[in-house]
Amino acid sequence: MLFTIQVNNKKIKAQKGETILSALNRNGIMIPTLCRIKEFTPTGACRICVVEVEGRDRLVTACSQPVEEWMKIKTHSPRVITARKTIVELLLSNHPGDCLYCDRNLYCELQRLAEALNIRERRIKGKKTKQRLDQSSPAIVRELAKCILCGRCVRVCEELITCTSLDFINRGRLTHIGAAMDKDFNFSSCIHCGQCVLVCPTGALHEKHNITEVQEYLNKQDMVKAIQYSPAVATGIAEELGIRNARDFDKSLNAILRKIGFDKIYSTGVGTDICVTEIVNTMMEKEGENPPQSLYISACPAWVKYAEQFTPSILPSLSKVKSPQQITGVLVKTLVAGQLKVKPEQIFSVSVSPCIAMKYEARRDGMMRKGISDVDSVMTVRELARLIRLNGIDVTNIEREAADEPLSGRSSSAVLAEVSGGLAESVIRLLYFKKTGREIDRQEFRKLRLSGIFREAVFKIEDREIRVAVVDGLNGLEKLRSAQASGTFYDLVEVMTCQGGCIHGAGLPFVMSKEDLKARAKIVYQTDDSEAISLPCKSPTLINLYEKLLKENAEISDKRIFFTHFEKRDVLL
Amino acid sequence: MAADINDIIGKYRQGRREELIPLLQEIQSVFGYISEDAIVRVGSHLGLSTTKIYGLATFYDQFRFFPAGKIHIKLCNGTSCYMNGSKAVADRFREELRIEPGQTTRNGNFSLETVTCMGGCYHGPVIMINGEHHIHVQPEQVPELIKRLKYIIDND
Repeated sequence: MLFTIQVNNKKIKAQKGETILSALNRNGIMIPTLCRIKEFTPTGACRICVVEVEGRDRLVTACSQPVEEWMKIKTHSPRVITARKTIVELLLSNHPGDCLYCDRNLYCELQRLAEALNIRERRIKGKKTKQRLDQSSPAIVRELAKCILCGRCVRVCEELITCTSLDFINRGRLTHIGAAMDKDFNFSSCIHCGQCVLVCPTGALHEKHNITEVQEYLNKQDMVKAIQYSPAVATGIAEELGIRNARDFDKSLNAILRKIGFDKIYSTGVGTDICVTEIVNTMMEKEGENPPQSLYISACPAWVKYAEQFTPSILPSLSKVKSPQQITGVLVKTLVAGQLKVKPEQIFSVSVSPCIAMKYEARRDGMMRKGISDVDSVMTVRELARLIRLNGIDVTNIEREAADEPLSGRSSSAVLAEVSGGLAESVIRLLYFKKTGREIDRQEFRKLRLSGIFREAVFKIEDREIRVAVVDGLNGLEKLRSAQASGTFYDLVEVMTCQGGCIHGAGLPFVMSKEDLKARAKIVYQTDDSEAISLPCKSPTLINLYEKLLKENAEISDKRIFFTHFEKRDVLL
Repeated sequence: MAADINDIIGKYRQGRREELIPLLQEIQSVFGYISEDAIVRVGSHLGLSTTKIYGLATFYDQFRFFPAGKIHIKLCNGTSCYMNGSKAVADRFREELRIEPGQTTRNGNFSLETVTCMGGCYHGPVIMINGEHHIHVQPEQVPELIKRLKYIIDND
């Protein structure tokens, strides 16, 4: 039901049941918010969004107050502006204010608010208590001094990721965000998905930087500098650097990386193709097993850690295939090292990933051979953008180059795997092709491509029915469990920690809305539709690998390097 | 001890988060503190994450996470005691024992706790040593007091 309310002496239409904020936003009136996360129930904690409602003594929070018919609202009156300004001044009173050195400089919401509210001096001086700098986690750094206690990370971790690794500890001015028993983060139940980093409005949470390390190695003459990047990275970098034609930016990115000083450029997509192929192989081996066993895809490192901690009972059903990054990484250190006739330790292998958990995964047990890690350094897309800027490369005027053999070409399945449901789709496509010799009609995947945290579909391959479940964001696991409890069996289960899949990874440029994610997903689907090679088994790179290169190299011919092991983890849950 | 804690937890309904505070209170009153192990057990009984339990428990001053010392000293920091100089007394205790309120000395002899009122407002600053009130405590008396307490522990 629509009705009219008065805002700043103008009439606007509002809907019954919506909040003041959404009514205002729909009518083009913008109000700053800080603690709010879209799609979450509002808390009204930070009070930045206050507005004046005639007849009410106190200012009301627009994000949580339902709009009513009689309301006369002032959104930017002097009283409101003063209140907002004071709130930000109070937040800044004990803030380090070292923006120049901050990870979030120019991307910080607090900084933007201070700018928008024209705060030009530290009017209120608060006592700065000495706060912890927690660098213990392999992926996430916590700088508690910069925390403004908005609670977004706590809510995302609890409601979206269902890990609940963070909470408010203590009370009053001693309040801070911490893990169980206030231990260092590496001991916590954190799965390094980094969704808290994405929602943090300040620099209190950010990824652990490897950029200095990469720079250092780039200058070493006796090393081969190899880099791999996944398909989502090219679009992410284009987004971050403001390039319009993001769809086939990877060829330009190859040229950029060569200019920076990388000797060899490989595509993580090859790893994805191998990952898909090996999952299909596992499924075909498992066929006819009695009782039938579900197969959980293990490509998401955060999900793997989640399973190891919270649901160790499913570990036997978890596919043992490594993630695409690690597969590519191990090939670089074995196959490529052999081809280049260098020792594995003479290759410095960098991976650029849209994911923060990959930083942790590269350090995992079982991800090294003979004391040499498969991937030496993992950078996020944001770090790579920084490296590109640092090297002063003109990205608008760049030639297009191909990646290096033998890990250059990928199928479009590898791109598809970046969206939630895409990996399952790729697996089914390849399985169908291997069984029937024909390609499956893509219309069949309609159900898997819908939105929703839990999706399922049934595929008929020859005389067999294959049930597939896609868990899009870890909060969908609840639905999977209840479906399984009621007796539904799934042959294949894909779980992605981040909602939307890797395109919502925490290493990509910061996004605030679902529309941005949809735009990213659209690019993925378009790429998949337009490219000729849609199946891993048709990719020349992969055929060459499986038919020739793997067989030639005794060290890797048994394909054991593509597999790893998972164990139950003992952490405070 | 492990058996006892399961008995306590068993008295409370499973999976009900509203049972959390009474349960923690009982554990604290029986064991004198809430151990990491207790938090894990309570968490699995009530279906709550340890982070949430720890977060909630640290909100309240009454919960301790270290075992109390042989001598447990409660320092009042209520308004009246504060006006009479309780902060200086507390600072002296912290200096002498080198622990913060909520902590226990490494040898397990002393522990400190800050409380908000012990009902002796007229006699502030008030402290309580193993359940026994001491009134009008002055900072300069603290070293002597600790010496006496150490003597008692050594000869006990």
